[in-house]
Amino acid sequence: MDLFWEHREAIALAFAYTVLLFVLAGIGSMILGTVLAAMRVGPIPVLRWAGAGYVHIVRNTPLVIVIIFFRLAAPKIDLKFNFVDIVIPTAVGDIRLNNIFAACVVGLTVYTAAFVCEALRSGVNAVALGQAEAARAIGLPFAGVMTQVVLPQAFRATIPPLANVQIALLKNTTVAGALGVAEAFIRMRLLIKNNPAELWTLFIGFALIFVILVEVVSFVAHRLERRVRIT
Amino acid sequence: MSGSVLFDVPGPRAVARQRVYTVAAAVLLAGAVAYAVIRLEQNGQFEYQKWEPFVSPVYIEALLVDGVLETLKMAFSAILLAVGFGVLLGVGKLSEHWWVRRPSWALVEFWRAVPVLLSMIFIWNLLGTDKESSPYWAVVLALMLYNGAVLAEVFRAGVNAVPKGQVEAAYAVGLRKTQVMLAIQLPQAVKIMLPALISQCVVALKDTALGYVVLAPGLTYVARLIYSNADFAQNQIPTVFVVALIYIVLNLILTAVATWVQKKFVGEKKVLEVPMVGEADPKQLPTL
Repeated sequence: MDLFWEHREAIALAFAYTVLLFVLAGIGSMILGTVLAAMRVGPIPVLRWAGAGYVHIVRNTPLVIVIIFFRLAAPKIDLKFNFVDIVIPTAVGDIRLNNIFAACVVGLTVYTAAFVCEALRSGVNAVALGQAEAARAIGLPFAGVMTQVVLPQAFRATIPPLANVQIALLKNTTVAGALGVAEAFIRMRLLIKNNPAELWTLFIGFALIFVILVEVVSFVAHRLERRVRIT
Repeated sequence: MSGSVLFDVPGPRAVARQRVYTVAAAVLLAGAVAYAVIRLEQNGQFEYQKWEPFVSPVYIEALLVDGVLETLKMAFSAILLAVGFGVLLGVGKLSEHWWVRRPSWALVEFWRAVPVLLSMIFIWNLLGTDKESSPYWAVVLALMLYNGAVLAEVFRAGVNAVPKGQVEAAYAVGLRKTQVMLAIQLPQAVKIMLPALISQCVVALKDTALGYVVLAPGLTYVARLIYSNADFAQNQIPTVFVVALIYIVLNLILTAVATWVQKKFVGEKKVLEVPMVGEADPKQLPTL
């Protein structure tokens, strides 16, 4: 326990990175996933195939490979993240958002979006047939049917699976650590390296923080689910 | 059309309009692909030197033997162990005794919420980072714990999905609790679980790539050897393409097997749904 108290600032900073990765990639994946889902249920065959292709390719590729692509491979073809380094000063130290961080956010976003897309698509298919038909009957175009009638209901039906996808993202942020972001996993690895005798304490401590974070996300999801439920 | 709920059969004007959209979208996508190919070409990513490892027998062998074979070995040992662990925890969670139920519940919740990488590094250090076999076992055991926790929920859902009358009938003919579980519930639950189990194999297979951090053998390790080899002039892009392709093919084969198994043994259209990533909330699992 002393170890955690001694390194409390470094650990807090590491989890700040974790949460930041989670929030940024979470928002990004929701946006990209929604666009992909709309493509997959839309009327244009080419876009449907493109969306399906994206999902099949990304879903069957390990996250590590996706992140290696953006972190190591993409810069070789001038797909560089010319990201202006941002330094966010916090009470526990500076959070540095650099190219590595950006690449990992993009990798996590691209990977998670495939799962968001599938969750949403099943939600769209779960919306009662009559809803879309009625919307079409009063003359709404596809975009109107989607944004005003189907998607709002689909989101509601999709909250539990979407929460699962986002919790997976939270845990997947550790992969960004393996490729060079100073987040929680890397901090734990470093602490284990320097204090091999405290292996059990360190693992259980870090694991429990993750358990708490996961609980927070599922709590928020449950609250959200309750609030938007049709009673 | 695709039978989507969002459309009915379009009339002639709608068909014409959709055709225009289709062509426009196709042109746009083709343009994007062409642009990507041109940029790759301009950057010399199609140079023979960069692709050399993927046509030379030594590296093909390395990819297939040290990569694919090791990856499959890890994935299957992990899944086999995970099934055992999962059934144990699943039965534990269904137990009538609180002192079995509570710890099983806690274990499932814990291993499901902990990132696999964390447990991998932990087990690696526990086994000793200097031993040659420990990376392999770190990957296998970490995946066992995580997938086991997920499968415990799947198993529980499977058992709950067995019609209640089956259990009642078994009790009525005088079977005891253990016998009911072993002879009646377990076989049926396994049948219901089967497709979900195979889907979980896809997850395990993909997650073996995390062995990257403990220097475990497997495809990702071979990939690293190839792209860090100076002879191939920094061929990260070709390597990522080839390795991703191998993973995709492996997983598509597994998915095809799952579909076949489902048709053959289960005969139901709907797979027992498990989140791909495995954060199954017991309340959200379908009870069928």
